Amino acid sequence: MNIVIENVGKKFTDSKKNEVTALENINFSIKEEEFVVLVGPSGCGKSTLLNIVGGLMSPTSGSVYFEGIEKKTPNLGIVFQEIALLPWRTVYENVIYGLEERGIGKKEQKEIGNYYIDMVGLSEFKDAFPKQLSGGMKQRAGIARALAVEPDLLLMDEPFSALDAQTRTLMQEELLTIWNRTKLSTLYVTHNIQEAVYLADRVIVLSRHPGQIKRIINIDLPKTGRNEDKYREKSNQYADEIWQLIRHDAQEALKE
Amino acid sequence: MEKHKQVITNRVAFLDKKVPFYASFLGIAGLLLLWELISRLGIVSPLFLPSPSSIIITGWEMLISGEIYGNLTASLYRIVIGYAIGAAFGILIGLILGFFKLADAIGTPIVYSIYPIPKIALLPLFILWLGIGELSKVTIIALGVFFPVVINTFSGVKNVDPMLVKAAVTFGSNRVNVIRKVILPGSLPMIFAGLKLAAGTSLLLLVSAEMIAAQQGIGSMVLHYGNLMITSKLMVGVLILSLLGLTFNRGLKWLETKLIPWK
Repeated sequence: MNIVIENVGKKFTDSKKNEVTALENINFSIKEEEFVVLVGPSGCGKSTLLNIVGGLMSPTSGSVYFEGIEKKTPNLGIVFQEIALLPWRTVYENVIYGLEERGIGKKEQKEIGNYYIDMVGLSEFKDAFPKQLSGGMKQRAGIARALAVEPDLLLMDEPFSALDAQTRTLMQEELLTIWNRTKLSTLYVTHNIQEAVYLADRVIVLSRHPGQIKRIINIDLPKTGRNEDKYREKSNQYADEIWQLIRHDAQEALKE
Repeated sequence: MEKHKQVITNRVAFLDKKVPFYASFLGIAGLLLLWELISRLGIVSPLFLPSPSSIIITGWEMLISGEIYGNLTASLYRIVIGYAIGAAFGILIGLILGFFKLADAIGTPIVYSIYPIPKIALLPLFILWLGIGELSKVTIIALGVFFPVVINTFSGVKNVDPMLVKAAVTFGSNRVNVIRKVILPGSLPMIFAGLKLAAGTSLLLLVSAEMIAAQQGIGSMVLHYGNLMITSKLMVGVLILSLLGLTFNRGLKWLETKLIPWK
């Protein structure tokens, strides 16, 4: 199974009625069990692209499709930057939301729900409302909700950008552990280069105005233990390569 | 060399100063005491202002004679039915106007053009249409409740975070479930603000309608004793209305904490 993003483009009209090209000519595919990270400066359209893949926005041109899938509609799980847990539902009720909407039986809901709540380490907070959780715990619940539908493609839109640096580091490690257990095809958006190098099988670097693919970089490092000393130099090289690609655009973005 | 010490103190301590819990009772108790004193000393004639104690005694007598019971049940019947109908329609129409763009475009101007009419001005019209019985009074209360509820529900729907809708749709919700599981709970806090606002309006309309056209009810009782210049019985009616308003508000607050535990 492949997820193909073919010739995707997106144009907006801004408040002054000017046409803005957010994305142009985006072509890539995500293979089974592949972790792809989109990285780029602010305003490069990376979140727009993720929204298009997630079916929350329609592209102006091109299309996104699943190749070689048996089922009629592919399952998507999205982890939102804003987390977007329903405040009136407890952690458990949020996690099983997707299962409930798919008409899965109560007993199975409970099994699957508890399994993924346990996986993200929230068993003790099952019955807490989102308001009672810290930022890191909220996003863990968001991840569990996305995993619970056992998606064909997991989408993550800067999931840790609202967290403090220490929590973020821990969450990245946890995410890798979880990913190694589930091996879901994943499209992950971030502006954090270290995060991209730490998590990705492939990094797709986007430029801005218009948002285009600048380069696709294969990260040739083992999936686990990338923060160990022996890989530090290689990681830094990748990070530096990406930074050189983005730097100019990021500076331009500052001036706007 | 001598050292000078300048201790820094918290200059905003007044912000979290605690007030003892009995302070809120002191005001009311003081006012009642002063009132009783003025009446007892004969500064004001009991015809204009009977003392609190005599109001209580009169109230007790009216309770035993069954006079309060008859009037209160008549009033409660009108306000409960009118309020329930107005609130139910208000929430329903508010959700529809808020969620469906077409309904919004058509319905919202209508709502806003009828909203500013003082509802009591429509009572003669309703009496003409529906007769002088219960129906016209219940209708006017329902209408008075409907508008604050519909407008609050509408803005509640508009204030629901669109991210939550996107999340729900992503995880498989259809339109009906988006309304049921996201829009409705998301606008509940605003709906309750509308319901509380409407509680005051409904009481006002109840009393006005009863004063204009009713044989029974607290409103007509107050007017009746006013005409007869039996001030202490009039004041009993006012007291009942104040208690009714208080209970109404408390009940809504209780319901709010029950229905919105996540706030």
